[in-house]
This record gives sequence, C-alpha cells and structure tokens, in this order.
Amino acid sequence: MKLETVAAVRELTFNQAINEALRLEMRRDPTIIIMGEDIAGGAGLAHLGFVDAWGGSLRATKGLITEFGPERVLDTPIAEMGFVGAAVGAAMSGLRPIVEIMFVDLIGCCYDQIINQAAKMHYMMGGQIRLPLVIRTAYGTRGDGKRTYGGGAGAQHSQTLYSVLAHVPGLKVVVPSTAYNAKGLLISAIRDDGPVAVLEHKFLGGAAKGHVPEEAYCVPIGEAEIVREGRDVTLCGIGRMTHVCLEAAASLAGDGVDAEVVDVLTLSPLDETTILESVSRTRRLVVVDEDTPTASMARDIAARVAEKAFDELDAPVKTVNAPDTPVPFAAVLEAHYVPRPIQVVAAVHELLGTGA
Amino acid sequence: MSLTVTELSSRSGTGPKPPRPSRNQLLWMYEHMTLIREFEERLKWLVETGVPVGAVHYYTGQEACAVGVCAALQPTDWIASTHRGHGHCIAKGVEVHRMMAELYGKVTGTNRGKGGSMHITDVRVGMLGVNPIVGMGATHAVGAALSAKVRHTTQVAVAFFGEGAAAFGALHEAMNLAAIWKLPVIFVCENNRYSQSTPVEYAVAATNIADRAAAYRMPGVTVDGQDVMAVWSAAVEAVGRARSGGGPSLIECKTYRYYGHHQGDDTRRYRTREEEEAARERDCIKRFREQVLAEHALTAEELDAIDEQNKEKIDLAVIFAEQSPLPNPAELYTDVFVTGAR
Repeated sequence: MKLETVAAVRELTFNQAINEALRLEMRRDPTIIIMGEDIAGGAGLAHLGFVDAWGGSLRATKGLITEFGPERVLDTPIAEMGFVGAAVGAAMSGLRPIVEIMFVDLIGCCYDQIINQAAKMHYMMGGQIRLPLVIRTAYGTRGDGKRTYGGGAGAQHSQTLYSVLAHVPGLKVVVPSTAYNAKGLLISAIRDDGPVAVLEHKFLGGAAKGHVPEEAYCVPIGEAEIVREGRDVTLCGIGRMTHVCLEAAASLAGDGVDAEVVDVLTLSPLDETTILESVSRTRRLVVVDEDTPTASMARDIAARVAEKAFDELDAPVKTVNAPDTPVPFAAVLEAHYVPRPIQVVAAVHELLGTGA
Repeated sequence: MSLTVTELSSRSGTGPKPPRPSRNQLLWMYEHMTLIREFEERLKWLVETGVPVGAVHYYTGQEACAVGVCAALQPTDWIASTHRGHGHCIAKGVEVHRMMAELYGKVTGTNRGKGGSMHITDVRVGMLGVNPIVGMGATHAVGAALSAKVRHTTQVAVAFFGEGAAAFGALHEAMNLAAIWKLPVIFVCENNRYSQSTPVEYAVAATNIADRAAAYRMPGVTVDGQDVMAVWSAAVEAVGRARSGGGPSLIECKTYRYYGHHQGDDTRRYRTREEEEAARERDCIKRFREQVLAEHALTAEELDAIDEQNKEKIDLAVIFAEQSPLPNPAELYTDVFVTGAR
C-alpha cells in the first residue's frame, strides 16, 4: 500500500472520534464546558495535577482536562439531577454545556431535567431562550451475539432507552453508528442552539473503527443515510443495528436478495422522507432496533410507513427488536436478547415468501 | 451556623451595625411589595369573577422575601423561581402588563401565551423562569452561577424555593454542587409552613431549613420573612460574599402564604382561623409602613402616591391583557425545536 493512501485513510475508533469532536469544538468555542462523573477522574488529587485518572467510564473524554483545565472539564459528584440541571441553567445563561450521563440507564435520575426542563423551555418560554445543551450517554449491551460472553452488566446498565427521549417534543435525538458519523453528529449537536441527546453504543465505542477526517465537519441532524443500495427490501437500522442490517444484507446477497440499508441516525426529528423513498423503491421494510418493542422506535417507524405508504408496500412491515424483557445477565441469555442478523434474514425471507 | 428569628433580632444590639437601605431603596421596597400585593389581589378578584387565567399560586403574604432579596441584586443578576413565582418576577423587574397578558394566554405575554403562570420567564431582566417542578429551579440557578464563574463575570444567581422543596433531592444536589464548586449562588428558602397542605413539622427533619447549610459548608441564617429589612440585610451579606468569590449561602425566610396552595384550595381544611389571623397581624407591608413612618424615613403622602400608582399600573395591565390578541393557532407548532446553530 502506498504511503499517501495510508495517510488518507486515517482510522479512529468511535470513542476516539467522539474525543476528537469534543476537543476540536472546545478549541473553537470557549463557552463549551463538559460535565459528568469521572469524565476526568481523580479530580483535585494533588499528585495527578491536570492528568485524568479515568477520562470517562468509556474513555471518550480522555486527555481533555489536560488541554482545557478543570474549569471547563468538570468532574461531578453522583448527582445527575443536579448537574444536568446545572447544565440547563448554564445553557440558558451563556454557556454551551455538554453533559455525559454515564449510561442511558441512569436517565431516570435526571429525566425531569431532560423532558420537562431542557426539552420544553424554548417552547414554553415563548421562544425567548436558546438551550445549547448536549447530553451524551452510552447505551446497549456489550455482547455482539457471536461472542461467548456478554457485557455482564445486567438489566440496569445495558438498556437502549432512546424511544423515551425521542418521544419528547423539543429534544433532538441522534444515534451514530460509525466513527465518522459519531464525530460529525456530535459536532452538529454541539453547534446546535437547542438540546440534543447523543446516544453512543457501548459496543461500538471501541469496535467501530473507520476513516475519520482530521478536521471538524458536520453530519446533519435530521437526515438518515442510505448506506447500502438495494432493490428488494429496505432494512432500517438504528445505531449498532445498522451493522446488524449490513451483515444481514451481505448474507441475503448470497441468497440472491438485494437489500437496501438505511441508517436512521436521527430519531427525532425523524427523516421520514429518506425512509419512505427507499420503501417506495423496494416495497418492503424491516426495521431493526435494539430497544424493547413496546412503544419503540421500530414500531413508530413501522406505523409511519404504514400510514403514509401503505399502497406502496408489497408486504406488511416487519420489526425486529429485543424482546419485551429486561436485559438478562447470563451471557447465553444476553446473546439471545440482542437482535441478530439471522433474525433479520428470517424476517426478509418471510416477507418475500422465500423462507424455509 | 443558623440563627433563629429571636437570635437574629437580639443580635442587632451587640454585633456590628447592619447596613441601612437608602431612601430610594426604601421607596423601591415599598413600591414592589405593594405592586405584588396589588397584582395578586387583582388576580384573585379576576379568578373569582371567572376570568380563565389558568392555574395560579398566589404569593400574597410573602412579599418581603422576594423584595428583600431582589433589592440586593443587580439587573444583570439571575433568579430562578418556583410555582409561586409572581412575586419573584415583579421584584426582578418583569413588567406586570406582560405578566398579566401571559395569564390571559395572549400573544403579548412574557411567553407569548405558551407558558402561563407556572412558566413566566423574562431572561432580559435575569428571570430564568417560574418553575413548577418543585426544586428544579435551584439547579438552574447553580448553572447560571457556574456560567458566571466560567465566563468570569461578577453576576450572582438566586435560587428561590419553598420549605416543601427542601425535602427534595434536587435541592441537596444543587447545594452540594454550589459548595464544592464555590459558586456565586444564594439559596433562598421561603418557609411558608405548608407544602400544599402538608406542614413543615411533618415533612422536614430539621428545626430550621437553614441548619442544612452546615452540611454543605456554607453560611446559613434564618430570618423573619415578614420583615423586609431583615431579609434585605441577610441578602446583602450573602450577595456580597457570592460576588467576591466567597461561594454560596442559604437564607431561610420564615413566612406565610395568606391564601391556599392554588386558587381552588380552601385553607380551612388544614389551617385554623386563629393561625391565619395571627400571621396577618405580622403583615410585611403593614409593618414596613409603620416602621418607616415611625422613623420618619418616608412620608404617608409618598406611600399613598405609590399605592395609587400601583393600582393604575394593574388597571392598565388588565386592560392591556384584555385587549391583546390571542395567539394565532399556527403558534401551536412554532418554537418546538430550537432552530439555528453556531
């Protein structure tokens, strides 16, 4: 391989891309601060100085305190209601705070600050305020369905609770799937004048390595992306499930089925247009979602397509979700919990009437 | 360390002489206490005559708290308020005609008719919002104070809350964050004795809310919330400390709400006539008036003229509200998402 080719395809992990987005934007705008539990780690310990002991639970904020100092990189106590509230107040009064809620499972501890405060303020205050707030949070299980071990974090540290955020008017919700769109979506979220939740899959954090340009760039909020073109069926994926869809599409290709894959990327406001246009071409849809099915994004997308494109469908819309159960602990159970490519393939064959 | 009302009044004989408000400040205090009273009394009358102003929580009786604290603030300082927030709004400088229009659901209201009594906000005067999710406003004040610190301004933020919120976790998180980050926040607890119908003795495991300050390494005082001078004096000290980098303080104002929790609440279900009458004996406006007249600080003519002005102001506010246009139905869909980026 030629050297220049190597340089052109600089690769970062998903978490490195997040880190780079934070760093570039904090350099660009001194009003950006970040807050969260152990985002630096070891705060105030004299022998550490401005060196972080942790850099976040998933290491996405590593090194930021050294460059930006403790005034802009604030380790918080365990107080989600307090520090997310402080971020809301700071966003109303001249800062652009980014908060890290370690895992989306902890959102119950600050749900009011997100759904009643951050999301509604612009509307209920008659548009007089901007609320430039980013809520970063990790979701999902760590198991990938192939490994013999799961994340082992159990029911309260492995959930995919994004539909409860997307449900709330006023809050934008993005779910990146690659290192490239993680960086671009996070930069868009930071520059956005309103509250944006960014959901980062724990498993992708270290796994989704890919080409990431060095400079700052925006991946627009509110736009889905067709990541694989196909004629026979549309597979709609969210976050990590986009990779499951791609694996399924590769497998389907072997069966002579040409699947299109749409990466939803933004849950709210949802890009209906891209999904509907894809469905109008393929006439079949399977939505794949790691969240539990009741009141899920998958069913929301299915309902929208059923309402707006019923006549264009050759078959009912299928959804593939995790089951309506808590996330189990045992690896063998967790592996069955997360939607797998084989389930997507089966759903497609069912639609096409080509199944076994 | 916190002081009881008795300790505080007894201290005045021995300690350093407390600051005295200027003549203009005294006029300002009277004007705003009576303007709040006039606003709320008129609002009560409007409610009772069937004007649909939505859910409201009258501030009547507690005027000295909002006015005493806000008299110690600059226009660029911030306050975060509670569901019982009309008094805080007026004391911080929100225009009463825009408040009234908001209650009428008119497009000329502070929030374009999209907030109502429980969300009145005017960031131009540092009023970060009435907030009916009890206790949450305190965390927003902490955020505003953090903003002041990061942006290196001398602004301070006040978190108004009730003794009911003192039992809520957000308050403790807010006080702890303010203390560890040494933020310029003044926590002002208006202890009006009842959280809806639940008495403070039942709901709060502390003799004084101000005792909580010790746990967060911040100064805490309990003052007579029916004495605007006492509130102002405590606020001046706390604001001075906050502005000069000394960190947060807690002021507990012992006060009383004259009416029910909201417009439909009959207090007789849980409060005795004797208790209510005794509280009214200590009315903050009556006491202030008696005091300044006795000290010849202000004249009866001056005070009467302010009363007249206030009546006229509220008359005009009601007319403005009545005559203002309703929002266009299309406004239902505007300002859902914040648009724009930088």
